[in-house]
Amino acid sequence: MKLGFILGEVGTGLRRNLSMVVSVVLVTFISLTFVGTAALMQMQITQMKGYWYDKVQVAIYLCGEHNEGTNCAEGAVTADQRGEIDSMLGSAAVKPYVDNFEYESKDQALTHFREQFENSSMSETVTADQLPESFRVSLVDPEKYQIIKELFSSMDGVDVVVDQRELLEKIFSIINIASFVAIGIAGVMILCAVLLVGTTIRLSAYLRRRETGIMRLVGASKSSLQLPFVLEGVISALIGALLACGVLWAAVRFLIDDKLALEYKDTAFISTGEVFLVAPWLILLGVVLAGVSSLVTLRRYLKV
Amino acid sequence: MIRFENVTMVYDQKSRLGSENARPGLDDVSIEIDRGDFAFLVGASGSGKSTFLRLILREIVATGGSVHVAGQNVARIPSWRVPKLRRGIGVVFQDFRLLPQKNVFENVAFAMQVVGESRSAIRDHVPEVLKLVGLEGKEKRQPDELSGGEQQRVAIARAIANKPQILLADEPTGNLDPATSVGIMNVLDRINQNGTTVLMATHDDGIVNSMRRRVVELSLGKIMRDESAGEYTSMIPVINQDGTRELRQADHSTWHKPSDRSQAFAPFDTEDDMP
Repeated sequence: MKLGFILGEVGTGLRRNLSMVVSVVLVTFISLTFVGTAALMQMQITQMKGYWYDKVQVAIYLCGEHNEGTNCAEGAVTADQRGEIDSMLGSAAVKPYVDNFEYESKDQALTHFREQFENSSMSETVTADQLPESFRVSLVDPEKYQIIKELFSSMDGVDVVVDQRELLEKIFSIINIASFVAIGIAGVMILCAVLLVGTTIRLSAYLRRRETGIMRLVGASKSSLQLPFVLEGVISALIGALLACGVLWAAVRFLIDDKLALEYKDTAFISTGEVFLVAPWLILLGVVLAGVSSLVTLRRYLKV
Repeated sequence: MIRFENVTMVYDQKSRLGSENARPGLDDVSIEIDRGDFAFLVGASGSGKSTFLRLILREIVATGGSVHVAGQNVARIPSWRVPKLRRGIGVVFQDFRLLPQKNVFENVAFAMQVVGESRSAIRDHVPEVLKLVGLEGKEKRQPDELSGGEQQRVAIARAIANKPQILLADEPTGNLDPATSVGIMNVLDRINQNGTTVLMATHDDGIVNSMRRRVVELSLGKIMRDESAGEYTSMIPVINQDGTRELRQADHSTWHKPSDRSQAFAPFDTEDDMP
Protein backbone atom coordinates (compact mmCIF):
# COMPACT_ATOMS: atom_id res chain seq x y z
CA MET A 1 0.00 0.00 0.00
CA LYS A 2 1.47 3.25 -1.11
CA LEU A 3 1.63 6.12 1.33
CA GLY A 4 0.44 8.59 -1.26
CA PHE A 5 -2.64 6.54 -1.94
CA ILE A 6 -3.49 6.26 1.75
CA LEU A 7 -3.02 9.99 2.23
CA GLY A 8 -5.26 10.60 -0.76
CA GLU A 9 -7.94 8.47 0.86
CA VAL A 10 -7.50 10.40 4.11
CA GLY A 11 -7.90 13.65 2.21
CA THR A 12 -11.11 12.43 0.57
CA GLY A 13 -12.45 11.36 3.94
CA LEU A 14 -11.66 14.67 5.60
CA ARG A 15 -13.25 16.62 2.78
CA ARG A 16 -16.43 14.58 2.57
CA ASN A 17 -16.95 14.60 6.29
CA LEU A 18 -15.87 18.17 6.88
CA SER A 19 -18.45 19.31 9.44
CA MET A 20 -17.80 16.29 11.63
CA VAL A 21 -14.07 16.76 11.32
CA VAL A 22 -14.38 20.40 12.36
CA SER A 23 -16.38 19.40 15.43
CA VAL A 24 -13.77 16.82 16.38
CA VAL A 25 -11.08 19.45 16.02
CA LEU A 26 -12.98 21.91 18.21
CA VAL A 27 -13.90 19.44 20.93
CA THR A 28 -10.35 18.09 21.15
CA PHE A 29 -9.08 21.64 21.17
CA ILE A 30 -11.29 22.67 24.10
CA SER A 31 -10.72 19.52 26.13
CA LEU A 32 -6.97 19.58 25.71
CA THR A 33 -6.89 23.28 26.55
CA PHE A 34 -8.46 22.45 29.90
CA VAL A 35 -6.03 19.59 30.48
CA GLY A 36 -3.15 21.89 29.64
CA THR A 37 -4.48 24.63 31.88
CA ALA A 38 -4.64 22.27 34.83
CA ALA A 39 -1.12 21.06 34.13
CA LEU A 40 0.20 24.61 33.87
CA MET A 41 -1.49 25.61 37.12
CA GLN A 42 0.21 22.76 38.90
CA MET A 43 3.50 23.83 37.38
CA GLN A 44 2.84 27.34 38.62
CA ILE A 45 2.47 25.97 42.15
CA THR A 46 5.77 24.12 41.82
CA GLN A 47 7.37 27.28 40.54
CA MET A 48 6.12 29.32 43.48
CA LYS A 49 7.20 26.76 46.01
CA GLY A 50 10.82 27.22 45.03
CA TYR A 51 13.63 25.11 46.36
CA TRP A 52 12.77 25.08 50.09
CA TYR A 53 8.99 24.91 50.25
CA ASP A 54 8.52 21.15 50.43
CA LYS A 55 11.58 20.67 52.62
CA VAL A 56 11.22 23.23 55.36
CA GLN A 57 8.61 25.41 56.90
CA VAL A 58 10.52 28.22 58.54
CA ALA A 59 13.27 30.45 57.28
CA ILE A 60 15.46 32.33 59.75
CA TYR A 61 17.01 35.11 57.71
CA LEU A 62 20.27 36.47 59.05
CA CYS A 63 21.35 40.07 58.94
CA GLY A 64 23.07 41.38 55.89
CA GLU A 65 25.07 44.58 55.44
CA HIS A 66 22.14 46.91 55.01
CA ASN A 67 19.29 45.30 56.89
CA GLU A 68 17.14 47.53 59.02
CA GLY A 69 15.77 44.87 61.34
CA THR A 70 15.96 45.62 65.10
CA ASN A 71 18.64 43.00 65.62
CA CYS A 72 20.71 44.15 62.73
CA ALA A 73 21.91 47.49 63.95
CA GLU A 74 25.47 46.26 64.11
CA GLY A 75 25.60 45.26 60.47
CA ALA A 76 26.02 41.85 58.98
CA VAL A 77 25.79 38.75 61.04
CA THR A 78 29.12 37.65 62.49
CA ALA A 79 30.54 34.19 62.52
CA ASP A 80 30.00 34.03 66.28
CA GLN A 81 26.37 34.97 66.01
CA ARG A 82 25.88 32.42 63.25
CA GLY A 83 27.51 29.74 65.41
CA GLU A 84 25.27 30.71 68.30
CA ILE A 85 22.12 30.32 66.23
CA ASP A 86 23.41 27.07 64.85
CA SER A 87 24.03 25.64 68.32
CA MET A 88 20.72 27.04 69.53
CA LEU A 89 18.93 25.12 66.79
CA GLY A 90 20.74 21.98 67.90
CA SER A 91 20.18 22.61 71.64
CA ALA A 92 18.06 20.43 73.87
CA ALA A 93 15.44 23.16 74.34
CA VAL A 94 14.73 23.46 70.62
CA LYS A 95 15.32 19.87 69.65
CA PRO A 96 11.73 18.62 70.32
CA TYR A 97 10.35 21.07 67.76
CA VAL A 98 12.95 20.88 65.05
CA ASP A 99 13.00 17.99 62.68
CA ASN A 100 16.14 19.17 60.97
CA PHE A 101 17.71 22.37 59.72
CA GLU A 102 20.10 23.54 57.08
CA TYR A 103 22.24 26.57 56.58
CA GLU A 104 21.93 28.40 53.29
CA SER A 105 24.83 30.66 52.36
CA LYS A 106 24.52 33.68 50.09
CA ASP A 107 25.88 31.70 47.16
CA GLN A 108 23.45 28.85 47.70
CA ALA A 109 20.67 31.40 48.04
CA LEU A 110 21.61 32.85 44.68
CA THR A 111 21.56 29.44 43.04
CA HIS A 112 18.10 28.68 44.38
CA PHE A 113 16.88 32.15 43.53
CA ARG A 114 18.01 31.79 39.96
CA GLU A 115 16.24 28.47 39.65
CA GLN A 116 12.99 29.88 40.92
CA PHE A 117 13.07 33.09 38.95
CA GLU A 118 14.51 31.63 35.78
CA ASN A 119 11.67 33.22 33.79
CA SER A 120 12.23 36.66 35.25
CA SER A 121 14.77 39.29 34.33
CA MET A 122 15.59 39.57 38.02
CA SER A 123 17.63 36.39 37.96
CA GLU A 124 20.25 38.18 35.88
CA THR A 125 20.65 41.28 37.97
CA VAL A 126 20.56 39.90 41.48
CA THR A 127 23.92 39.15 43.06
CA ALA A 128 24.79 36.93 46.00
CA ASP A 129 25.40 39.95 48.23
CA GLN A 130 21.85 41.12 47.91
CA LEU A 131 20.49 37.87 49.23
CA PRO A 132 20.46 37.06 52.94
CA GLU A 133 22.03 34.04 54.54
CA SER A 134 19.52 31.90 56.33
CA PHE A 135 18.82 28.82 58.38
CA ARG A 136 16.04 26.68 56.91
CA VAL A 137 14.21 24.84 59.62
CA SER A 138 11.90 21.92 59.18
CA LEU A 139 9.50 21.57 62.10
CA VAL A 140 8.27 18.39 63.69
CA ASP A 141 4.87 20.03 63.99
CA PRO A 142 4.38 22.99 61.62
CA GLU A 143 1.76 24.43 64.01
CA LYS A 144 4.49 25.17 66.55
CA TYR A 145 5.94 27.84 64.33
CA GLN A 146 5.27 30.59 66.90
CA ILE A 147 7.67 29.00 69.40
CA ILE A 148 10.52 29.05 66.94
CA LYS A 149 9.68 32.58 65.97
CA GLU A 150 9.76 33.79 69.57
CA LEU A 151 12.97 31.98 70.35
CA PHE A 152 14.93 33.26 67.40
CA SER A 153 13.47 36.64 66.52
CA SER A 154 15.27 38.34 69.37
CA MET A 155 18.66 36.76 68.81
CA ASP A 156 21.48 38.91 67.59
CA GLY A 157 22.15 38.58 63.89
CA VAL A 158 18.64 37.39 63.06
CA ASP A 159 16.83 39.69 60.68
CA VAL A 160 13.46 38.05 60.52
CA VAL A 161 11.83 34.65 61.04
CA VAL A 162 9.34 33.78 58.32
CA ASP A 163 6.77 31.02 57.99
CA GLN A 164 6.76 30.63 54.24
CA ARG A 165 3.70 28.44 54.18
CA GLU A 166 1.30 30.92 55.67
CA LEU A 167 0.82 33.06 52.61
CA LEU A 168 1.40 30.53 49.87
CA GLU A 169 -0.98 27.91 51.25
CA LYS A 170 -3.94 30.16 50.51
CA ILE A 171 -2.87 30.87 46.97
CA PHE A 172 -2.12 27.23 46.39
CA SER A 173 -5.51 26.10 47.60
CA ILE A 174 -7.15 28.51 45.17
CA ILE A 175 -4.99 27.28 42.31
CA ASN A 176 -5.66 23.69 43.30
CA ILE A 177 -9.41 24.22 43.27
CA ALA A 178 -9.11 25.83 39.86
CA SER A 179 -7.04 22.85 38.70
CA PHE A 180 -9.66 20.40 39.87
CA VAL A 181 -12.39 22.33 38.09
CA ALA A 182 -10.28 22.37 34.92
CA ILE A 183 -9.60 18.64 35.20
CA GLY A 184 -13.30 17.97 35.75
CA ILE A 185 -14.30 19.94 32.67
CA ALA A 186 -11.45 18.35 30.73
CA GLY A 187 -12.68 14.88 31.71
CA VAL A 188 -16.17 15.54 30.40
CA MET A 189 -14.83 17.15 27.26
CA ILE A 190 -12.43 14.29 26.62
CA LEU A 191 -15.31 11.87 26.92
CA CYS A 192 -17.18 14.01 24.37
CA ALA A 193 -14.14 14.02 22.11
CA VAL A 194 -13.75 10.24 22.26
CA LEU A 195 -17.43 9.64 21.49
CA LEU A 196 -17.39 12.24 18.75
CA VAL A 197 -14.35 10.68 17.11
CA GLY A 198 -16.16 7.36 17.20
CA THR A 199 -19.27 8.84 15.60
CA THR A 200 -17.23 10.66 13.00
CA ILE A 201 -15.33 7.55 12.00
CA ARG A 202 -18.57 5.61 11.85
CA LEU A 203 -20.13 8.19 9.58
CA SER A 204 -17.01 8.34 7.47
CA ALA A 205 -16.97 4.55 7.12
CA TYR A 206 -20.61 4.72 6.07
CA LEU A 207 -20.00 7.46 3.53
CA ARG A 208 -17.18 5.47 2.01
CA ARG A 209 -18.74 2.03 2.13
CA ARG A 210 -18.52 1.75 -1.66
CA GLU A 211 -14.78 2.28 -1.64
CA THR A 212 -14.17 0.02 1.31
CA GLY A 213 -16.38 -2.67 -0.21
CA ILE A 214 -14.34 -2.61 -3.38
CA MET A 215 -11.08 -2.42 -1.48
CA ARG A 216 -12.09 -5.50 0.45
CA LEU A 217 -12.97 -7.38 -2.73
CA VAL A 218 -9.76 -6.65 -4.53
CA GLY A 219 -7.81 -7.78 -1.51
CA ALA A 220 -6.88 -4.70 0.51
CA SER A 221 -5.18 -5.67 3.74
CA LYS A 222 -6.81 -4.92 7.05
CA SER A 223 -4.33 -2.16 7.78
CA SER A 224 -4.81 -0.41 4.46
CA LEU A 225 -8.56 -0.54 4.95
CA GLN A 226 -8.44 0.88 8.44
CA LEU A 227 -5.48 3.20 8.28
CA PRO A 228 -7.21 6.00 6.32
CA PHE A 229 -10.00 6.13 8.90
CA VAL A 230 -7.68 6.01 11.88
CA LEU A 231 -5.53 8.71 10.32
CA GLU A 232 -8.63 10.80 9.74
CA GLY A 233 -9.44 10.71 13.46
CA VAL A 234 -5.83 11.18 14.49
CA ILE A 235 -5.26 14.12 12.16
CA SER A 236 -8.40 15.87 13.41
CA ALA A 237 -7.30 15.34 17.00
CA LEU A 238 -3.79 16.48 16.14
CA ILE A 239 -5.10 19.76 14.74
CA GLY A 240 -7.18 20.21 17.90
CA ALA A 241 -4.16 19.50 20.09
CA LEU A 242 -2.00 21.96 18.18
CA LEU A 243 -4.69 24.62 18.54
CA ALA A 244 -4.83 23.93 22.28
CA CYS A 245 -1.05 24.28 22.56
CA GLY A 246 -1.20 27.50 20.59
CA VAL A 247 -3.86 28.97 22.84
CA LEU A 248 -2.00 27.95 26.00
CA TRP A 249 1.18 29.46 24.66
CA ALA A 250 -0.61 32.70 23.80
CA ALA A 251 -2.26 32.82 27.23
CA VAL A 252 1.04 32.37 29.04
CA ARG A 253 2.86 34.75 26.76
CA PHE A 254 0.36 37.60 26.90
CA LEU A 255 -1.31 37.14 30.28
CA ILE A 256 1.58 35.95 32.44
CA ASP A 257 4.78 37.10 30.76
CA ASP A 258 3.50 40.47 29.63
CA LYS A 259 1.18 41.22 32.51
CA LEU A 260 1.29 39.31 35.77
CA ALA A 261 5.04 38.83 35.75
CA LEU A 262 5.53 42.55 35.36
CA GLU A 263 3.00 43.50 38.00
CA TYR A 264 4.14 41.04 40.65
CA LYS A 265 7.87 41.06 40.30
CA ASP A 266 8.53 39.19 43.53
CA THR A 267 6.50 36.17 42.49
CA ALA A 268 7.98 33.41 40.36
CA PHE A 269 5.80 32.68 37.33
CA ILE A 270 5.82 29.97 34.75
CA SER A 271 6.65 31.03 31.24
CA THR A 272 6.29 29.75 27.68
CA GLY A 273 9.03 27.21 28.42
CA GLU A 274 6.56 25.30 30.61
CA VAL A 275 4.03 25.31 27.76
CA PHE A 276 6.59 23.52 25.62
CA LEU A 277 6.97 20.92 28.36
CA VAL A 278 3.21 20.33 28.47
CA ALA A 279 2.57 20.49 24.71
CA PRO A 280 4.04 17.10 23.69
CA TRP A 281 1.91 15.35 26.29
CA LEU A 282 -1.24 17.13 25.13
CA ILE A 283 -0.51 16.14 21.54
CA LEU A 284 0.23 12.57 22.57
CA LEU A 285 -2.96 12.41 24.63
CA GLY A 286 -5.09 13.72 21.76
CA VAL A 287 -3.53 11.40 19.19
CA VAL A 288 -3.75 8.30 21.37
CA LEU A 289 -7.36 8.95 22.38
CA ALA A 290 -8.42 9.54 18.78
CA GLY A 291 -6.49 6.55 17.49
CA VAL A 292 -7.90 4.18 20.08
CA SER A 293 -11.47 5.33 19.69
CA SER A 294 -11.21 5.11 15.87
CA LEU A 295 -9.88 1.58 16.08
CA VAL A 296 -12.56 0.50 18.50
CA THR A 297 -15.24 1.99 16.25
CA LEU A 298 -13.81 0.38 13.12
CA ARG A 299 -13.78 -3.00 14.78
CA ARG A 300 -17.55 -2.76 14.86
CA TYR A 301 -18.40 -0.82 11.74
CA LEU A 302 -15.83 -1.74 9.13
CA LYS A 303 -15.96 -5.32 8.02
CA VAL A 304 -12.60 -6.64 6.90
CA MET B 1 -9.04 -24.61 -8.90
CA ILE B 2 -12.21 -24.50 -6.84
CA ARG B 3 -13.17 -27.62 -4.93
CA PHE B 4 -16.14 -28.09 -2.62
CA GLU B 5 -16.09 -31.19 -0.43
CA ASN B 6 -19.40 -32.00 1.22
CA VAL B 7 -19.95 -28.34 1.90
CA THR B 8 -22.89 -27.50 4.09
CA MET B 9 -23.80 -23.97 4.99
CA VAL B 10 -26.48 -23.44 7.57
CA TYR B 11 -27.40 -19.92 8.47
CA ASP B 12 -28.38 -19.55 12.05
CA GLN B 13 -32.00 -18.58 11.65
CA LYS B 14 -32.29 -17.04 15.10
CA SER B 15 -29.44 -14.62 14.82
CA ARG B 16 -30.41 -13.68 11.30
CA LEU B 17 -34.03 -12.97 12.02
CA GLY B 18 -34.87 -9.49 10.93
CA SER B 19 -31.37 -8.67 9.72
CA GLU B 20 -31.66 -9.99 6.19
CA ASN B 21 -33.99 -12.20 4.31
CA ALA B 22 -33.29 -15.71 5.42
CA ARG B 23 -30.55 -16.84 3.05
CA PRO B 24 -30.48 -20.31 1.64
CA GLY B 25 -27.69 -22.53 2.68
CA LEU B 26 -25.86 -25.25 0.84
CA ASP B 27 -26.54 -28.87 1.61
CA ASP B 28 -23.70 -31.35 1.23
CA VAL B 29 -22.35 -29.91 -2.00
CA SER B 30 -19.31 -31.53 -3.64
CA ILE B 31 -17.98 -30.18 -6.90
CA GLU B 32 -14.72 -29.35 -8.57
CA ILE B 33 -14.14 -26.57 -11.06
CA ASP B 34 -10.85 -26.95 -12.90
CA ARG B 35 -8.33 -24.35 -13.90
CA GLY B 36 -9.44 -22.61 -17.06
CA ASP B 37 -13.05 -23.75 -16.81
CA PHE B 38 -15.99 -21.57 -17.74
CA ALA B 39 -18.95 -22.61 -15.65
CA PHE B 40 -22.45 -21.25 -15.20
CA LEU B 41 -24.14 -21.48 -11.86
CA VAL B 42 -27.89 -21.50 -12.39
CA GLY B 43 -30.88 -21.97 -10.20
CA ALA B 44 -33.83 -20.10 -8.81
CA SER B 45 -33.42 -17.20 -6.43
CA GLY B 46 -32.65 -18.69 -3.07
CA SER B 47 -31.08 -21.83 -4.45
CA GLY B 48 -27.69 -21.04 -2.95
CA LYS B 49 -25.80 -19.42 -5.81
CA SER B 50 -24.73 -16.40 -3.80
CA THR B 51 -23.79 -18.60 -0.87
CA PHE B 52 -21.62 -20.59 -3.26
CA LEU B 53 -19.79 -17.45 -4.41
CA ARG B 54 -19.48 -16.01 -0.92
CA LEU B 55 -17.91 -19.22 0.31
CA ILE B 56 -15.23 -19.00 -2.37
CA LEU B 57 -14.46 -15.42 -1.35
CA ARG B 58 -14.44 -16.44 2.31
CA GLU B 59 -16.98 -13.79 3.08
CA ILE B 60 -18.55 -16.63 5.01
CA VAL B 61 -17.09 -19.88 6.27
CA ALA B 62 -18.87 -23.17 5.65
CA THR B 63 -20.50 -24.81 8.63
CA GLY B 64 -19.59 -28.24 7.29
CA GLY B 65 -17.18 -29.68 4.76
CA SER B 66 -14.32 -27.77 3.19
CA VAL B 67 -13.89 -25.24 0.41
CA HIS B 68 -10.57 -25.32 -1.45
CA VAL B 69 -9.52 -22.42 -3.64
CA ALA B 70 -6.24 -22.72 -5.57
CA GLY B 71 -5.26 -25.65 -3.40
CA GLN B 72 -5.93 -23.91 -0.08
CA ASN B 73 -8.62 -24.77 2.38
CA VAL B 74 -10.12 -21.31 2.81
CA ALA B 75 -11.42 -22.03 6.29
CA ARG B 76 -7.83 -22.61 7.40
CA ILE B 77 -6.52 -19.29 6.05
CA PRO B 78 -5.86 -16.95 8.95
CA SER B 79 -7.92 -13.78 8.73
CA TRP B 80 -4.90 -11.60 7.97
CA ARG B 81 -4.16 -13.76 4.90
CA VAL B 82 -7.69 -13.50 3.52
CA PRO B 83 -6.86 -10.35 1.51
CA LYS B 84 -4.20 -12.38 -0.30
CA LEU B 85 -6.81 -14.98 -1.23
CA ARG B 86 -9.10 -12.27 -2.54
CA ARG B 87 -6.35 -10.77 -4.67
CA GLY B 88 -6.45 -13.99 -6.65
CA ILE B 89 -10.19 -13.68 -7.25
CA GLY B 90 -11.92 -11.02 -9.31
CA VAL B 91 -15.59 -10.28 -8.69
CA VAL B 92 -18.22 -8.68 -10.91
CA PHE B 93 -21.71 -7.78 -9.75
CA GLN B 94 -25.07 -7.11 -11.29
CA ASP B 95 -25.00 -3.49 -10.09
CA PHE B 96 -21.44 -2.75 -11.34
CA ARG B 97 -20.36 -1.01 -8.11
CA LEU B 98 -18.19 1.65 -9.71
CA LEU B 99 -16.94 4.66 -7.78
CA PRO B 100 -19.05 7.51 -9.17
CA GLN B 101 -16.53 10.29 -8.56
CA LYS B 102 -13.66 8.47 -10.29
CA ASN B 103 -13.33 8.20 -14.04
CA VAL B 104 -12.91 4.94 -15.93
CA PHE B 105 -9.14 4.88 -15.65
CA GLU B 106 -9.20 5.72 -11.94
CA ASN B 107 -11.81 3.07 -11.21
CA VAL B 108 -9.60 0.39 -12.70
CA ALA B 109 -6.45 1.87 -11.23
CA PHE B 110 -8.09 1.87 -7.79
CA ALA B 111 -7.91 -1.91 -7.60
CA MET B 112 -4.21 -1.80 -8.33
CA GLN B 113 -3.52 1.07 -5.94
CA VAL B 114 -5.25 -0.80 -3.15
CA VAL B 115 -2.84 -3.70 -3.42
CA GLY B 116 0.10 -1.31 -3.65
CA GLU B 117 1.07 -1.45 -7.29
CA SER B 118 3.51 1.20 -8.45
CA ARG B 119 2.37 4.17 -10.46
CA SER B 120 4.24 3.05 -13.55
CA ALA B 121 2.78 -0.46 -13.38
CA ILE B 122 -0.69 1.09 -13.21
CA ARG B 123 0.04 3.39 -16.13
CA ASP B 124 1.16 0.45 -18.23
CA HIS B 125 -1.39 -2.12 -17.25
CA VAL B 126 -4.70 -0.23 -17.04
CA PRO B 127 -4.86 0.67 -20.77
CA GLU B 128 -4.16 -2.98 -21.63
CA VAL B 129 -7.03 -4.15 -19.47
CA LEU B 130 -9.35 -1.49 -20.85
CA LYS B 131 -8.43 -2.62 -24.34
CA LEU B 132 -9.23 -6.20 -23.42
CA VAL B 133 -12.75 -5.26 -22.31
CA GLY B 134 -13.25 -2.98 -25.30
CA LEU B 135 -13.12 0.43 -23.67
CA GLU B 136 -10.22 2.00 -25.52
CA GLY B 137 -10.35 5.76 -25.59
CA LYS B 138 -12.91 6.03 -22.79
CA GLU B 139 -10.39 6.37 -19.94
CA LYS B 140 -11.48 9.87 -19.03
CA ARG B 141 -15.23 9.22 -18.95
CA GLN B 142 -17.14 9.35 -15.68
CA PRO B 143 -19.30 6.30 -14.87
CA ASP B 144 -22.52 8.28 -15.25
CA GLU B 145 -21.56 9.10 -18.83
CA LEU B 146 -21.40 5.42 -19.73
CA SER B 147 -24.10 2.97 -20.78
CA GLY B 148 -24.85 0.00 -18.56
CA GLY B 149 -22.86 -2.32 -20.76
CA GLU B 150 -19.87 0.00 -20.67
CA GLN B 151 -20.12 0.34 -16.90
CA GLN B 152 -20.09 -3.42 -16.58
CA ARG B 153 -17.01 -3.55 -18.79
CA VAL B 154 -15.29 -1.12 -16.43
CA ALA B 155 -16.28 -3.34 -13.52
CA ILE B 156 -14.85 -6.38 -15.31
CA ALA B 157 -11.66 -4.47 -16.09
CA ARG B 158 -11.35 -3.62 -12.41
CA ALA B 159 -11.97 -7.23 -11.42
CA ILE B 160 -9.19 -8.52 -13.66
CA ALA B 161 -6.78 -5.63 -13.13
CA ASN B 162 -4.75 -7.60 -10.60
CA LYS B 163 -4.63 -10.65 -12.90
CA PRO B 164 -6.73 -12.98 -10.75
CA GLN B 165 -6.77 -16.69 -11.53
CA ILE B 166 -10.49 -16.83 -10.85
CA LEU B 167 -13.25 -14.47 -11.96
CA LEU B 168 -16.58 -14.70 -10.15
CA ALA B 169 -19.54 -13.00 -11.81
CA ASP B 170 -22.81 -12.65 -9.93
CA GLU B 171 -25.46 -12.08 -12.58
CA PRO B 172 -23.28 -9.70 -14.57
CA THR B 173 -25.91 -9.35 -17.29
CA GLY B 174 -28.83 -9.02 -14.90
CA ASN B 175 -29.23 -5.30 -15.55
CA LEU B 176 -28.40 -5.37 -19.25
CA ASP B 177 -30.39 -5.89 -22.38
CA PRO B 178 -29.72 -9.06 -24.39
CA ALA B 179 -27.62 -7.40 -27.08
CA THR B 180 -25.40 -5.74 -24.52
CA SER B 181 -25.24 -8.97 -22.59
CA VAL B 182 -23.77 -10.74 -25.58
CA GLY B 183 -20.98 -8.16 -25.64
CA ILE B 184 -20.29 -8.76 -21.96
CA MET B 185 -20.24 -12.52 -22.52
CA ASN B 186 -17.70 -12.07 -25.29
CA VAL B 187 -15.49 -10.16 -22.86
CA LEU B 188 -15.83 -12.87 -20.22
CA ASP B 189 -15.10 -15.51 -22.86
CA ARG B 190 -11.96 -13.66 -23.92
CA ILE B 191 -10.81 -13.47 -20.31
CA ASN B 192 -11.48 -17.20 -19.99
CA GLN B 193 -9.42 -17.88 -23.10
CA ASN B 194 -6.50 -16.08 -21.46
CA GLY B 195 -6.54 -18.80 -18.82
CA THR B 196 -8.74 -17.33 -16.11
CA THR B 197 -11.27 -19.64 -14.49
CA VAL B 198 -14.70 -18.02 -14.81
CA LEU B 199 -17.66 -18.87 -12.64
CA MET B 200 -20.85 -17.02 -13.45
CA ALA B 201 -24.09 -17.12 -11.52
CA THR B 202 -26.93 -16.18 -13.83
CA HIS B 203 -30.62 -16.26 -14.57
CA ASP B 204 -30.06 -15.48 -18.21
CA ASP B 205 -31.25 -18.62 -19.99
CA GLY B 206 -30.50 -17.29 -23.45
CA ILE B 207 -26.85 -16.77 -22.63
CA VAL B 208 -26.43 -20.15 -20.99
CA ASN B 209 -28.09 -21.90 -23.88
CA SER B 210 -26.04 -20.18 -26.54
CA MET B 211 -22.67 -20.47 -24.78
CA ARG B 212 -22.83 -24.23 -24.37
CA ARG B 213 -20.49 -24.30 -21.41
CA ARG B 214 -20.49 -26.23 -18.19
CA VAL B 215 -23.70 -25.70 -16.25
CA VAL B 216 -24.14 -26.37 -12.56
CA GLU B 217 -27.71 -26.14 -11.37
CA LEU B 218 -28.46 -25.56 -7.71
CA SER B 219 -31.81 -26.03 -6.10
CA LEU B 220 -32.48 -25.51 -2.41
CA GLY B 221 -28.80 -25.85 -1.68
CA LYS B 222 -28.20 -29.07 -3.58
CA ILE B 223 -26.60 -29.69 -6.95
CA MET B 224 -29.35 -30.86 -9.28
CA ARG B 225 -27.30 -31.07 -12.42
CA ASP B 226 -23.72 -30.68 -13.63
CA GLU B 227 -23.34 -30.84 -17.40
CA SER B 228 -20.23 -30.08 -19.38
CA ALA B 229 -22.08 -28.32 -22.22
CA GLY B 230 -25.49 -27.76 -20.74
CA GLU B 231 -28.47 -25.53 -21.11
CA TYR B 232 -30.19 -23.31 -18.64
CA THR B 233 -32.69 -26.00 -17.78
CA SER B 234 -32.99 -29.52 -19.07
CA MET B 235 -36.18 -30.59 -17.47
CA ILE B 236 -39.65 -29.23 -17.31
CA PRO B 237 -42.48 -30.80 -15.36
CA VAL B 238 -45.24 -32.08 -17.58
CA ILE B 239 -48.67 -33.30 -16.55
CA ASN B 240 -49.69 -36.21 -18.74
CA GLN B 241 -53.21 -36.74 -19.90
CA ASP B 242 -53.77 -39.55 -17.41
CA GLY B 243 -52.94 -37.19 -14.57
CA THR B 244 -49.44 -38.43 -13.72
CA ARG B 245 -46.58 -36.03 -13.64
CA GLU B 246 -43.08 -36.43 -14.93
CA LEU B 247 -40.04 -34.43 -15.96
CA ARG B 248 -39.24 -34.19 -19.59
CA GLN B 249 -36.41 -32.79 -21.63
CA ALA B 250 -37.36 -29.26 -22.43
CA ASP B 251 -38.24 -28.45 -25.98
CA HIS B 252 -36.73 -25.03 -26.54
CA SER B 253 -38.47 -24.31 -29.80
CA THR B 254 -41.77 -24.03 -27.98
CA TRP B 255 -40.88 -23.49 -24.34
CA HIS B 256 -38.17 -20.89 -24.64
CA LYS B 257 -37.83 -17.59 -26.32
CA PRO B 258 -36.44 -17.58 -29.84
CA SER B 259 -32.79 -18.51 -29.95
CA ASP B 260 -31.93 -15.51 -32.10
CA ARG B 261 -31.94 -13.20 -29.15
CA SER B 262 -29.77 -10.50 -30.58
CA GLN B 263 -32.84 -8.79 -32.02
CA ALA B 264 -35.04 -9.35 -29.04
CA PHE B 265 -34.88 -6.08 -27.20
CA ALA B 266 -36.76 -6.08 -24.00
CA PRO B 267 -39.15 -3.13 -24.01
CA PHE B 268 -38.50 -2.07 -20.43
CA ASP B 269 -34.73 -2.23 -20.43
CA THR B 270 -33.42 0.72 -18.55
CA GLU B 271 -29.72 0.20 -18.68
CA ASP B 272 -28.85 3.85 -18.36
CA ASP B 273 -30.61 4.67 -15.14
CA MET B 274 -28.98 1.98 -13.11
CA PRO B 275 -26.87 3.15 -10.18
